[in-house]
Amino acid sequence: MSAEVKEKEPLFSPKNLKLIKNPINLSNPITVQVLGICSALAVTAKLMPAIVLSISVLVVMAVSNVVVSLLRNGIPPRIRIIVQLVVIASMVILVDQVLKAFVYDVSKQLSVFVGLIITNCIIMGRLEAFAMSNKPWPAFLDGIGNALGYGIILIIVAFFRELLGSGTVLDMQVIPDVFYEFGYKNNGLMILPPMALITVGVIIWVQRYYTRDLIEKN
Amino acid sequence: MYTNGYIFRYAAIMVIIAAAVLSTAAMLLKPFQEKNVAIDKMGGILASAKIPDVDASNAMSLFNKYVKEEIVINQDGDVVESYKEGKMEDGKAFKIDMKRELYKKSKGEPYELPLYVIEDGSQKLFIIPFRGIGLWGPIWGNMALNDDLNTIVGVTFDHKGETPGLGAEIVADFFTKQFIGKKIFNDKNEFMSIMVVKGGIEKLPKNQRIHGVDAITGGTITCNGVNDMIKDILESYLPYLQKNR
Repeated sequence: MSAEVKEKEPLFSPKNLKLIKNPINLSNPITVQVLGICSALAVTAKLMPAIVLSISVLVVMAVSNVVVSLLRNGIPPRIRIIVQLVVIASMVILVDQVLKAFVYDVSKQLSVFVGLIITNCIIMGRLEAFAMSNKPWPAFLDGIGNALGYGIILIIVAFFRELLGSGTVLDMQVIPDVFYEFGYKNNGLMILPPMALITVGVIIWVQRYYTRDLIEKN
Repeated sequence: MYTNGYIFRYAAIMVIIAAAVLSTAAMLLKPFQEKNVAIDKMGGILASAKIPDVDASNAMSLFNKYVKEEIVINQDGDVVESYKEGKMEDGKAFKIDMKRELYKKSKGEPYELPLYVIEDGSQKLFIIPFRGIGLWGPIWGNMALNDDLNTIVGVTFDHKGETPGLGAEIVADFFTKQFIGKKIFNDKNEFMSIMVVKGGIEKLPKNQRIHGVDAITGGTITCNGVNDMIKDILESYLPYLQKNR
């Protein structure tokens, strides 16, 4: 590397903003990279757990990206995966403890899935692919971006599953009683895991319709 | 570039820091978590007695309003302590760790069990807390008995990590609703427990259907756990129940 001093990049330069924007659409972790599907199936029957899990993933991802990025020059390559796992696992346990202390009901609903954030491929993927070789600020943005991309899909899926499956949004009834009197019924299938996959499929379809770049050439 | 010594030192220091951060957090958050667990326990007891509109914010005040007595009984069914005055969350019965008492029981040592008395208007209900083993982890719950100590007024169940959609459905209304009005003793005053029957209670002889409920499809092991839990716990309370019927 040359000694010439790089011009200081503004915090929200176009390059940095891309780190947030890209994972929301062009390289969305769920709909494009198809990672983290497991939790997308499991916690999206209701909107509330989906929102809480999204926020938890956001916190875990942003903080562990920054921590790993700060440590990146000292981490011995041979044990880097172990170091990453320790960072993620510690964060996940912290988040779990905080949820148990302040939103006990939701933490009970999420049960094992908070712990399973550790195994969410998106997080380790970003640490290994991005945080290990970038400065803390871009790493932070990358973490936020990917967590948002993940969270948005989770929340969309959960919104439709709760609306059609239970007739509620955030546990408030939105489909008026009149509908039920005329024979409308909640679709029980929406609450079951398969419909999460199908909903994700529909989202991918819609996304590809509007984002032609994603369509393979041949 | 990185020597083995460096790698070992790095790993050791990293682990110590992580451990320190996590144990500090656990210590700081423990009072909040314990309060939540206590409120959850109260909510379960109240819900089994069909007290309406219980949520996390009012569970403690409703608990103090409706629970009139906390009884501690021993293995022979004798009342060891009856707690009526003061805050109900400070009663000895509320603090009993069922897990430890059941462990003592399995070892053949003397044990003590809690019993809650709820008075709601003219109704006097006895609440028996449960604890047992599901498929993946512990399951627990409460059963409210009428003052004949035989007819079930309501039950609640909860679990640590049963399979969502299958075993975890023991929490759901459609399952717990079945217990209402069922009896734990038959006409001859013999203890029958409540059977959770795979394939449905139609499989039972007609005169036994009052002692059974339908199991959940796909949740057989959890339901067997519920079945065993009800039988085990009620048997532990049997001396008391028989003395007081």
